[in-house]
Amino acid sequence: MNDPTWLNNPAITQQMLPATIETLLMTLWSTGLAVLIGLPLGIWLFTSSKGGLKARPALYRVLSLIVDITRSIPFIILIIALIPFARFVVGSALGWQATVVSLTIGAIPFYARLVENSLREVSEGKVEAALMMGASHGQVIRQVYVPEAKPGLIGAATVTSVTLVSYTAMAGAVGGGGLGALAISYGYQRYQADTMIACIIVLVLIVALIQFIGDRLARAVDHR
Amino acid sequence: MIELRGLRKVFGPTVALEEIDLSVPAGEIHGIVGRSGAGKSTLIRCLTGLERPSSGTVSIDGVDITDQSGSGLREARRNIGMVFQHVNLLDSRTALHNVAHPLQIAGVSKSERLAKARELLDFVGLGDRVDNFPAQLSGGQKQRVGIARALAAEPKVLLCDEPTSALDATTTDQILGLIRSLRDRLGITVLIITHEMSVIREICDSVTLLADGRVAKTGKLAEVISEPGSDLAKDLVPLPPIGLDDSDTALVEVSLAGTSLPQVLTCAQSAGVGAEAILAGAVETIEGKQIGRIRFTVAGAAQSKELIAALVADGIYAEEAA
Repeated sequence: MNDPTWLNNPAITQQMLPATIETLLMTLWSTGLAVLIGLPLGIWLFTSSKGGLKARPALYRVLSLIVDITRSIPFIILIIALIPFARFVVGSALGWQATVVSLTIGAIPFYARLVENSLREVSEGKVEAALMMGASHGQVIRQVYVPEAKPGLIGAATVTSVTLVSYTAMAGAVGGGGLGALAISYGYQRYQADTMIACIIVLVLIVALIQFIGDRLARAVDHR
Repeated sequence: MIELRGLRKVFGPTVALEEIDLSVPAGEIHGIVGRSGAGKSTLIRCLTGLERPSSGTVSIDGVDITDQSGSGLREARRNIGMVFQHVNLLDSRTALHNVAHPLQIAGVSKSERLAKARELLDFVGLGDRVDNFPAQLSGGQKQRVGIARALAAEPKVLLCDEPTSALDATTTDQILGLIRSLRDRLGITVLIITHEMSVIREICDSVTLLADGRVAKTGKLAEVISEPGSDLAKDLVPLPPIGLDDSDTALVEVSLAGTSLPQVLTCAQSAGVGAEAILAGAVETIEGKQIGRIRFTVAGAAQSKELIAALVADGIYAEEAA
């Protein structure tokens, strides 16, 4: 009865649930925002690339460079570098809301690149057919590229979301909140193996759930 | 309805099309044949404005599409229905919504465009497959949906780019029958690009042969086929291959244009040359006229020359066959 671990550990009984909710909120918000901003950016990347609807090689090189630079900065550095920006956007550099800002900015170029690749899979013939029907470039994007690439776009969002789960854990190291913060401050710094294991189990479950939902959605829209 | 004048297209130093003049009257089915690389694809891309010609004009229903760009070109394209070899249906849409797509692009209201699409799918015999996705349809059914889609915006011209090249023989016949009935019932003008001579023979009223980016021959199908000694005629009505192992016999090929088999035989007899055997013949009835070619064996080169001279003197086209 005196064993202070597992269900007698307040870190697990009292902090686990709010930390899980924070992690879920961070993941959902940053995935949502990254898709919202990354999708148009990915479309822009694709249309300006060679073979795109409106090839502009110089613009493409610039966009591509920005995307690659952002993608190659280690995420932990990106979070620290974005602290002033996060404070400007949400009013504080701490807590999950601040983390969402850095997570989103880190995930946008990642998702945009995946979008570009998914759009490239849509066959040239379908695009020509739509152009022959008198479609404008906007119509081709909305009515051909995006719907035809939808399974790929959903798959890309799933991958992005899973990556973001692991990023939220990293953000815990610099006051980001969520399961990552719990695992570091209790599991690591206070040597509570039970808290660490519990956090990992919940993170694994979250990732499995995201993957399951993503696969289901992708299959539901795939008519190929 | 379709008028090409002095069309020329160069890609860098390569000349893809040169001096293409072509005119297809309303309601006619015109075929364009040629080998790979003859310029067929470039020609169709120029016709649709996907490629801008280097010089010359392309006018469809009186509108010069080489003049157009932006919204003008999009407007002009709605007058052209296009059928593709690989159909290019959207996998994310049902047959019904694929057929309705051109109308959606043109801004027609949803209920109106779906009603029209339903009607067109009925017309091509797929009234019971409206809610199927392309993946659930056979190759022939997909091409029917493709044709229905091409007709949705009520175009004046139907461009078919190798419409049957990916289909088997029976399905090809059905699709060609459908295209012919479109012309008969809707009066639409059809341009078919193909490498299959059988397609030309089946449904075309007139034909153009492209070779090395130029018009090698053009005219009414019956005229082109009956033109003696023409290579296109030989491709259109091919003779089965003959294996001759006897070097003493020669082959004479006679065109039946403007003559008949009994007339040819009588002529040979009166010349005193025995046409020993008919080895191969190919005869087609086109527009009520019998058109074709016959191959005879004759004993020796001297006899064959004599026979050819006698036939030619009678106004019958004959030549030594290779």
